[in-house]
Amino acid sequence: MPANLAALLYLTSAVLFILALRGLSNPESARLGNVFGIIGMAVAILTTVLGARTAAYGEMALAIAAGGAAGLVIAFRIKMAAMPQLVAAFHSLVGLAAVLVAAAAFYHPAAYGIVDALGQIRTPSRVEMSLGVVIGAVTFTGSIVAFTRLQGIISGDPVVFRGQHALNVVIGAIIVLLLGTFVHTPSTDVFWVVTLLALVLGVTLVAPIGGADMPVVISMLNSYSGWAAAGIGFTLENSALIVTGALVGSSGAILSYIMCRAMNRSFLSVILGGFGGEAAAQAVRAADRAVTAGSAEDAAFILKNASSVIIVPGYGMAVAQAQHAVRDMAEALKRRGVHVAYAIHPVAGRMPGHMNVLLAEANVPYDEVFALEQIDSEFQATDVAYVIGANDITNPAARDDPSSPIYGMPILDVDRAKTVLFVKRSLAPGYAGIDNGLFYKPNTMMLFGDAKKMTEEIVKAL
Amino acid sequence: MQGAVDPLVFQLSIFVLAVFVGYYVVWSVTPALHTPLMSVTNAISSVIIVGALIAAAPAAMTQSKILGLVATALVAVNIFGGFAVTQRMLVMFRKRKP
Repeated sequence: MPANLAALLYLTSAVLFILALRGLSNPESARLGNVFGIIGMAVAILTTVLGARTAAYGEMALAIAAGGAAGLVIAFRIKMAAMPQLVAAFHSLVGLAAVLVAAAAFYHPAAYGIVDALGQIRTPSRVEMSLGVVIGAVTFTGSIVAFTRLQGIISGDPVVFRGQHALNVVIGAIIVLLLGTFVHTPSTDVFWVVTLLALVLGVTLVAPIGGADMPVVISMLNSYSGWAAAGIGFTLENSALIVTGALVGSSGAILSYIMCRAMNRSFLSVILGGFGGEAAAQAVRAADRAVTAGSAEDAAFILKNASSVIIVPGYGMAVAQAQHAVRDMAEALKRRGVHVAYAIHPVAGRMPGHMNVLLAEANVPYDEVFALEQIDSEFQATDVAYVIGANDITNPAARDDPSSPIYGMPILDVDRAKTVLFVKRSLAPGYAGIDNGLFYKPNTMMLFGDAKKMTEEIVKAL
Repeated sequence: MQGAVDPLVFQLSIFVLAVFVGYYVVWSVTPALHTPLMSVTNAISSVIIVGALIAAAPAAMTQSKILGLVATALVAVNIFGGFAVTQRMLVMFRKRKP
């Protein structure tokens, strides 16, 4: 295939990828967008394979078929609640692939057309290759740590030890120094030592970040996987890869920014980690304050007599798999003429948009589901706020108490509703480790129990 | 000014412009679809498969070829899995029945 034709086809596939992302501005156009993405990928793969002039079609097809079959099985079996860990696992694969491709290019640079007249790898290619391998390796192990934490294989608590940040800085500095020598004289030893150090750095960077900060971590790794792909794209002089890497890199960066803004924390403070580890003690002294507890029947009575209800889901709903029960409750209320809406905080759940997917899975129409800024002003005209599995994102201290560690974080103003029904197992504090004053307000009724069971009992009582 | 422009500069131009395209396109994504956005960006970043296929192409079994074939299989998981799971999610997003 002529090089110009191949370059034009790669350009086509890059444009199709842009259209795939553009489609996501609206749920209706998103399905078509995904099809554009699939076509773009097919164009890129066919262009490469047909341009390769090779006898190895069988082996390539076998590798694609084996991986593809595994991918399809995973995609159709995975539970929606497990989506964060699936995305983390997928990011790790992109990172590992970037490392492997960089290594392949290092061992056999002639195949990639990146050698100079003396048969040495060209200097710009050395830089691009080493950036690709470092970012890829960090993405790989960082995503594995994120995956094991989300899957519950390791605890959600941050792993913090003395000298942690110093260690990261030292590893980072050694990597930079070694990259300098690699660009000067590309040696196999230096290549693998750098790769190894970057793999370690991925672990030490993500380990101190706790469970509820995972939305930021996943977005950040998403971004890294894009930058790694772009680095490899420069090595291959491939526009599809460069454009895609840039798109994915900026997408992940924007999501990280949105998540940080929704927690009123700086990106740096999140990735330095260790948040929420020690403050749980102060909640104990507050525990003897009076709360109003109610039963499912009490809650059903209040809901029945309301004219408007806003449901506020959080990670607890995902853990309890309560989304179907919540929808049943909403349908029962709608049949009685109650107006029902859902309010989603940007960091509810373990990844951006996690709650929206779970509600969609339970057949909740997306036009009943609203983002924080769309619905927040409506709480004061609402009879009942039904909080299920959320905590910190409803804590009025973030709005009213300048001494609170979460002060300034945008919250859903559920306390402005006439009545708050708060489904929770106990009065234990949320991730931030701080007490929620909402529990003790006279207009709050605590519904102690499992999110799913409690909601099902309310449905029965309605 | 002297000499021809290095291809690297052209690539850098493409990269910088694509970052801007990404910036504006991603801000227009509705927050409700942020999870599908992550899974689809993951699927398309697997276009790194083109690099893996180049390594896998030569007939002789070399280190590079083995690395290339392994990388091809790994990102194939992502490509098929990523697009399929995205489609599965997007199909669930439905409007209220009239």
